[in-house]
Amino acid sequence: MGYADAATSSGDAFIDRARRLAFLQGGATMTLEWIFRIVEQYWPMFLRGAGITLLIALIGTVLGGMIGLLAGVVRTIPCPERGVKRYLLKTINFILSVYIEFFRGTPMIVQAMVIFYGAALAFGYHMNPIIAGVVIVSINTGAYMAEIVRGGIISVDKGQYEAAQAIGMNHIKTMINVVMPQVIRNILPATGNQFIINIKDTAVLSVISISELFFVTKTIAGNNYRYFEAFFVVCILYFIMTYTITLILRYIERRMDGPDNYVMTANQIDTAEDIKRKNQGM
Amino acid sequence: MEAVIDIQGLSKSFGSHEVLKDINFSVNKGEVVTIIGSSGSGKSTLLRCVNLLEKPSGGKIIFNGENILDDKHDVHQYRKNLGMVFQQFNLFNNHNVIGNCVVGQVKVLKRSKEDAEKIAMKYLKVVGMDAYVNAKPRQLSGGQKQRVAIARALSMEPDVMLFDEPTSALDPEMVGEVLKVMKELAGTGLTMLIVTHEMEFAREVSDRVVFMDKGVIAEEGTPEQIFNQPAQERTKEFLKRTLK
Repeated sequence: MGYADAATSSGDAFIDRARRLAFLQGGATMTLEWIFRIVEQYWPMFLRGAGITLLIALIGTVLGGMIGLLAGVVRTIPCPERGVKRYLLKTINFILSVYIEFFRGTPMIVQAMVIFYGAALAFGYHMNPIIAGVVIVSINTGAYMAEIVRGGIISVDKGQYEAAQAIGMNHIKTMINVVMPQVIRNILPATGNQFIINIKDTAVLSVISISELFFVTKTIAGNNYRYFEAFFVVCILYFIMTYTITLILRYIERRMDGPDNYVMTANQIDTAEDIKRKNQGM
Repeated sequence: MEAVIDIQGLSKSFGSHEVLKDINFSVNKGEVVTIIGSSGSGKSTLLRCVNLLEKPSGGKIIFNGENILDDKHDVHQYRKNLGMVFQQFNLFNNHNVIGNCVVGQVKVLKRSKEDAEKIAMKYLKVVGMDAYVNAKPRQLSGGQKQRVAIARALSMEPDVMLFDEPTSALDPEMVGEVLKVMKELAGTGLTMLIVTHEMEFAREVSDRVVFMDKGVIAEEGTPEQIFNQPAQERTKEFLKRTLK
C-alpha cells in the first residue's frame, strides 16, 4: 500500500467521523437538509423505482387474481360420482392443493431465488429480472387468492346457486353469470389487501437485482452514506402508494354497491338516465 | 288426461335415513296440485327431487314419455322445462329485477336480449313488479322478492311451475300478495305443483291435494275429499292441528 493510498483511506475515515459528528451536532436541521437534498437530487430514480414496484405489484396482483379465480372455480366443481371425469378432477384438485400449500408455505424471497437461479441453471436461460419478478409475484399471489376466492364462493349463499341450476344453467354458466360477480365484490377488500402486501413485498425482489424502489433506495443511501434520510423518504413513498390504492378500492366498492334505497319508477317513460339520477337522490 | 310428470316408485335417502318411500303420483297438463303435510314429511324433498336438485335414490321420473333419471339424459336440458320458486326467493343479488328475469332466457334459452326483456316485462306485469325493473334485490321487501322470483321462473316459459313453500319465509302481511299472484296464475291454466302450509289457499286453488306423512303419500284427492271427508286417520289429525 502506497503512502498516498493510506492517506486517502485515513482521510476517508476522518471525513466519515466528521460526518457522524456533524450529524450529532447539526441534529434535526442537518437531517432535514439531507432529506431535501436527496429528494431533489434523486427524485427521478425514486420515481422510476416506484414505477417498477407498482408495475410488478399491479401485474402480479391481476395475474395472481386470475389464477386464484380459475383455481377457485375448478376447486368448487361438484365432483361426479364416477367415470373418468372424477379421476381427472381429483388429480387437478390435488395438483392445485400442492401448488397452493407450497407457495403459501415458503417465503417469497426464497421462491425468487429458486425460480430465478433455477431457471438459469436448468435451461441456461437468464430471465429478464422484471419478468422474473412478475412471474414470482403472480404465482405467489395466485396461491393466496385461490383460498380467498374459495372463501368468496362459499360466502355466496347456496340458494342462488340452486336457483341458477333450477333454470337450467350448468356449473360454468352459474359461476360466470351469478356467483363470480358476487365473489369479485366480496373479495375486493381482501384483494386490495393483497395488492398492498405486494407493493411492500416486492422489496424482497432486490435479491435478484430488480431495480425496484427498495433496491434504488439502497443504492442512493449507499452513495451518500445517508441511510436514515433515504429510507425515510422511501417510507413516505411506500405509504403514499399503498394509501392511494386503499382510497381507489374504497371508491370502487362504493360504486359497485350502489344506493341502498330504490326510487320506484312509476313512470314507464323514464329513461335509464332518469332512473339513475333518481336513485342517486338528485 | 295427459300426464306431464309421472313419478313411479321414487325413493330418496340421506345416508341411512329414508326420507321418501315408494312415491307414485303424476301431474297432468293444466292441473294445480298442492302437497300438504307436516314438517319433515318429505314434501319439499319430493319437490326438489322432481327437478333433480336432490338426486333420487331410486324410481323413475317420466317426463314427456322418457325417464329422465337415465344416465343419458342431460339434467340441465330437463330443468329448462321446470320453473322453480324457492322458500328463500334466491334472487340473483348481482342482477336487478329485470336482469334476474333475463339472464336465464339469454344464457340458457339463447333468446336475444330484446326478446328476453319483452318477455320479462310481460311477466313482471303479471306479478305486478313492472315498476321495479331496475331495483336490486336488496332494495325489495320479501313479498316483492318472491313475486320477482315467480316472474323469473315464468320468463323461462316452463311446462310446469314448482313452488317450494313460497310464503313460509314471508311476514304475514306479505303472504297475501304472493298468494294472490299464484291464484291468478292457477286461473290461467298453468301446470303447477305447490308445496304449502296455507290450507285455505290449497283448498281454494287446487285441482288435487296430496297429503304426505313420514315420507309416503298418505292420501290424495280433490280438495273436497281431503279437507271435508278425509279417509285416513292421520289426515284427519293433521287437518285438526292445522285448521283451527
